[in-house]
Amino acid sequence: MEELRDLYQEVIVDHSRRPRNFRVMADATATAEGYNPLCGDKVMLYLKLEGDVIRDVAFQGSGCAISTASASLLTESLKGKTTAQAEELFEGFHKLVTGSGAPDKELGKLAVLRGVREYPMRVKCATLVWHTLRAALKGERQPVSTE
Amino acid sequence: MNTTSTEVAAAAGREARGEFDVWRIREDFPVLRQTVHGKPLVYLDNAATTQKPRAVIAAIDRFYTADCSNVHRGVHLLSERATMAYEEARGKVRRFLNAASEREIIFVRGTTEAINLVAHSFGRPRLGPGDEVVLTHMEHHSNIVPWQLLCEEKGARLRVAPIDDRGELIFEEFERLLRPCTRIVAVAHVSNALGTVNPLRRIIEAAHARGIPVLVDGAQAAAHIRLDVQDLDCDFYAFSGHKLYGPSGIGVLYGKASWLEQMPPYQSGGDMIRTVSFEKTTFNELPYKFEAGTPNIAGAIGLGAAIDYLDSIGLEQAAAWEQELLAYATERVGAVPGVRLIGTAREKGAVLSFVMEGVHPHDIATVLDRQGVAVRAGHVCAQPVMERFGVPAIARASFAFYNTREEVDVLVTGLQKVREIFG
Ligand SMILES: Cc1ncc(COP(=O)(O)O)c(C=O)c1O
Repeated sequence: MEELRDLYQEVIVDHSRRPRNFRVMADATATAEGYNPLCGDKVMLYLKLEGDVIRDVAFQGSGCAISTASASLLTESLKGKTTAQAEELFEGFHKLVTGSGAPDKELGKLAVLRGVREYPMRVKCATLVWHTLRAALKGERQPVSTE
Repeated sequence: MNTTSTEVAAAAGREARGEFDVWRIREDFPVLRQTVHGKPLVYLDNAATTQKPRAVIAAIDRFYTADCSNVHRGVHLLSERATMAYEEARGKVRRFLNAASEREIIFVRGTTEAINLVAHSFGRPRLGPGDEVVLTHMEHHSNIVPWQLLCEEKGARLRVAPIDDRGELIFEEFERLLRPCTRIVAVAHVSNALGTVNPLRRIIEAAHARGIPVLVDGAQAAAHIRLDVQDLDCDFYAFSGHKLYGPSGIGVLYGKASWLEQMPPYQSGGDMIRTVSFEKTTFNELPYKFEAGTPNIAGAIGLGAAIDYLDSIGLEQAAAWEQELLAYATERVGAVPGVRLIGTAREKGAVLSFVMEGVHPHDIATVLDRQGVAVRAGHVCAQPVMERFGVPAIARASFAFYNTREEVDVLVTGLQKVREIFG
């Protein structure tokens, strides 16, 4: 139970049940779709860019608590960031959840997903939306797949 | 798992009453005796693959330790022993299915390869523009995609018989799809997602009345329902060794000899030929025409040992115990707040699929895993079923005869933990 609470922290359960910025953005300037064929998780990510500043972020989709919370937390942490900062966050987040480096202090709230590193089968759930973000920033048309 | 004295006493009581002795049977499965995440393993993913009894492991070990050789190719003693063991396994499969002849038993990799073989060698020459292939809405992807690809190639059409809210085939609708342009019916014996047992006999009779051959995907049935392919009168029957307590990488395609004789080879190479010159090749007789290359010899021997093992405990007794577990699990899991069962057919295999309000099946499976309980979560290779029931994924507990009522209790306790975490 204690162990499970490391993964399913209150913040994660909360974000999965009431995801923030969960909506379609009609005037998005960049979008991308992510799909995890293994579990059927789907995410549609919307960005509104002004120059290289991310003014607004939103998402839609269906998935497990980890992928939904990860997407919700991503939207909160990206607003106002530059695309270069978003890329840094991607790197930091990836290290955090794979346990492949010292977690970056700059990650803020995203750090609640640290527990995922103890669940190798679930890392993809947490990173799906981040790969989708990268695709949106690069203007890729093909849906992102975790496989 | 440590057998406690209460378990021993309970088992003794059951035995005295002539009941199925699950605790003794568990001793035959070494893998079950372990802990995961510090908890006794509760393996409830038997629809994905079953565990292997010691007898199967020993048969494979014996082959590699004492008889390892190629088959049908040597005059030396080891090759003779390997060939005999391989063909003996074919004989066991024939008896297991009550097929008329060993010529009708083709060793393949598994159900998937068996269906592909039929699509390629039987379907392709028979299918033309405007023709149709009839499936049901509950098929596994491996009984959908080969037909879909073939239909695309040939300009033919896939027709899908609908299922009702219980997950049962709507027979009248199915019958209505059987038309003069129908070339084959391909149907699961038991659905891996819903557990539904299809009314095979009626399906086959209805199809045959119109001259349409029937392929049965028996992946989820062969280990749980006594088969008699002659009595059923199916044209093809496919199953996988690994879901029948045998090794992975081996499976069986049964086909009526009258069809198999007409069919061109699936793959070509060694073993499946009679004579080869650069001008012309003549093919070997059945079943070798369909077994190109060195087969999975150890796998076939392991499958033969699995059939022997099933015979020794009694498939009917095992199936009755599984049904008891299913009934108990259906009642207990169904009573957990927020649980909705997916697949409530009147006749079911021991598969219990469900969703839980407000919790994704993946999170259910992760929480259960930490309690030692292995279940499947996801679309279980049946996305059309997910779409039919309006869910993105399901959690699935599937039972084998070595599972216990106590394990069902652990599952239920695990589900209550899920509720605690997700509110
Ligand atoms: C109903 C059904 N058909 C086909 C298959 C495919 O079997 P295999 O992967 O062994 O080829 C499965 C296994 O998951 C199944 O459950």
